[in-house]
Amino acid sequence: MTKATKLSRRSVLKGGAATAAFAAGTTLGAPMIWAQNIKDITLRQFGTGVSNLNDVADKVKEDLGFTLEMTALDTDSVTQRAATQPNSFDIADIEYFICKKVWAAGNLQAMDTSKIKNYDKIVGIFRNGLLTPGSTIAQGTAPHTVGFTSGPDGTDFVQEESGWMTLIPTIYNADTLGIRPDLIGRPITNWSELLNPEFKGKASILDISSIGIMDMAMVVESMGEYKYPDKGNMTREEIDMTLGIFTEAKKNGQFRSFWKSFDESVNLMASGEVVIQSMWSPAITAVKSRGIECVYQPLEEGYRSWGGGIGLSKSLTGLERDAAYEYINWYLDGWVGGYLMRQGYYSAVPETSKNFMSENEWGYWFEGKAATDVITSPTGDALAQAGDVRDGGSFDDRMGSVACWNSVMDENQYMVRKWNEFIAA
Amino acid sequence: MQARPNLTGWLMVSPLAIVLAVFLVLPIILIGVVSFWTATEFSIIPAFSWENYDFLFGSPVTYSVFLNTFKYAIITWALTFSIGFTIAYYLAFHIRTQTWQIALFLLCTIPFWTSNIIRMISWIPFLGRNGIANSALISWGVVDEPLDWLLFSDFAVILAFVHLYTLFMVVPIFNTMMRIDKSLIEAARDAGASGRQILWNVILPLTKSGIMIGTIFVVTLVMGDFITVRFMSGSQSANVGRLISNDIALLQYPSASATAIVLLATVLITIAILLRFVDIRKEL
Repeated sequence: MTKATKLSRRSVLKGGAATAAFAAGTTLGAPMIWAQNIKDITLRQFGTGVSNLNDVADKVKEDLGFTLEMTALDTDSVTQRAATQPNSFDIADIEYFICKKVWAAGNLQAMDTSKIKNYDKIVGIFRNGLLTPGSTIAQGTAPHTVGFTSGPDGTDFVQEESGWMTLIPTIYNADTLGIRPDLIGRPITNWSELLNPEFKGKASILDISSIGIMDMAMVVESMGEYKYPDKGNMTREEIDMTLGIFTEAKKNGQFRSFWKSFDESVNLMASGEVVIQSMWSPAITAVKSRGIECVYQPLEEGYRSWGGGIGLSKSLTGLERDAAYEYINWYLDGWVGGYLMRQGYYSAVPETSKNFMSENEWGYWFEGKAATDVITSPTGDALAQAGDVRDGGSFDDRMGSVACWNSVMDENQYMVRKWNEFIAA
Repeated sequence: MQARPNLTGWLMVSPLAIVLAVFLVLPIILIGVVSFWTATEFSIIPAFSWENYDFLFGSPVTYSVFLNTFKYAIITWALTFSIGFTIAYYLAFHIRTQTWQIALFLLCTIPFWTSNIIRMISWIPFLGRNGIANSALISWGVVDEPLDWLLFSDFAVILAFVHLYTLFMVVPIFNTMMRIDKSLIEAARDAGASGRQILWNVILPLTKSGIMIGTIFVVTLVMGDFITVRFMSGSQSANVGRLISNDIALLQYPSASATAIVLLATVLITIAILLRFVDIRKEL
């Protein structure tokens, strides 16, 4: 089936758009796309549930004319597919730390930044790592360190803006612990509270090793047990020590459950089984939309941050690649950004997203101002009332206090095995 | 054709043989081969290495996980056997008419009209801290505060296993009991045996094959399970199946294969031992 469609696409290409193929082959100018051919194009995108939204696919069809097929998977499966099934996708919507894992496998192609219209407006975090000229770069796999490669066929990472990006940034956020203030009844200000015996049998952590280990490191540092030289790249001893502390807590019955999928975290929190846990921003939103109090608690030690972007499959060429660039430019043009920002994420080009948000929404989500009216999610659920302020405040406050990025360590293999033991212990 | 009876025999056996070879034997051989390879995050290195087995047998966690797997299997077996045997005994010997026997037997299968996963997950809201079980216990005054061990515990795991797999015990035991000649029981009664003696000396030996078939079902199902353990223990307990699924999720295919091979060997040995007790083929 796939073979057959590819053949027909190829003949379409030969017949109608040899010039487009030429344009794609060079780096000159904007991609030229022939309206009559573009309708036949189907791009297959896969990624985590956060940004693989059917609304986006529908809007692509409407605005750009071609078909975008979305597949949403969990973080581990995404990594798996990007690494092992390069022919199963055209566009990979992956996280930067996954990119570090899979880039060397050569399944993705570098992207020419001169074809990205809004490249200059992409926030500093993804270009030189600096949110503002004076900020410090957090530990872990900061996106800019794996965001550029040396050339069109590069399999390495370079530390300067080389003009060839591995991923085009699309979405990112600062993560922290979620709490049930109604069941806790006192202020929570530190990561160490996750292991506070007060919450014995009422805490949870996520069972995704590369993210969970960072949450653990934040907790260990906050407890004053150890100060990591680099949380994002632990030594074997540090991994043993970190997991040792958590294994002990697990044996003492600190955790009610671990969670792996978004829904599990929502259910644990909404049912009151758990009152404090690692959580993702839209999960908080989901709990709130059930009318249950839930706070994405900013903590003194800062946030654990993550970023995702779009990568192109190595096998993508010609008209389809042009369509993919068109899609990327559209992605950064604001509609998707606005959609994502109204869910609590951040867009790589916030200023274009502003055009697709009301002043109230922009003020609440981005500037950290009190809402002047009801804030609703893109699907229409009320998330905040007039007068409410976003947990953690403005974009600069939140992204400015990132302590570490999700990461892949040199000792990843070892960490994964130890993690497995932790779960089994 | 008559001249070559051998050929006919081969032809008759070949469809099944081919299916089994391609879909069972070959994959197992492949798993065996891969278990000797090594892997990095994004590639598998096809070179012979003992590394996976080294790590597996070198880690104390492996032993505790295998122990845990056996623990689940044995406790689940004991409970499903006593419940299953009792139900089958009641159906076979206390219900007089066949119509009622069949009707009640079908009643036992009603829960199996929905999927395994749904039956398992429905326990979660029931057993939760604010679930029906806890609210009922509190309102009856049995306990003062919710019992935490009802959910996300070994108790919950075994409860789900027993719920899911008891029918696999009932069916074969009921089947063998139905085929016991009633005159044997009358003869035992005439010879002066008490009810308990009849159960122990007549019925139990005659239902051995049914018990064994049920046992094999339950033991293999429990030992191969991972999803029940993951959901009902809130990911906090592990059996071998979970070890394998974690490895696969983290792209450690060779290590997962090694664990799978060890599990396969363990289950086969367990079944071989069980079959030493009863010759199923003779009894069927």
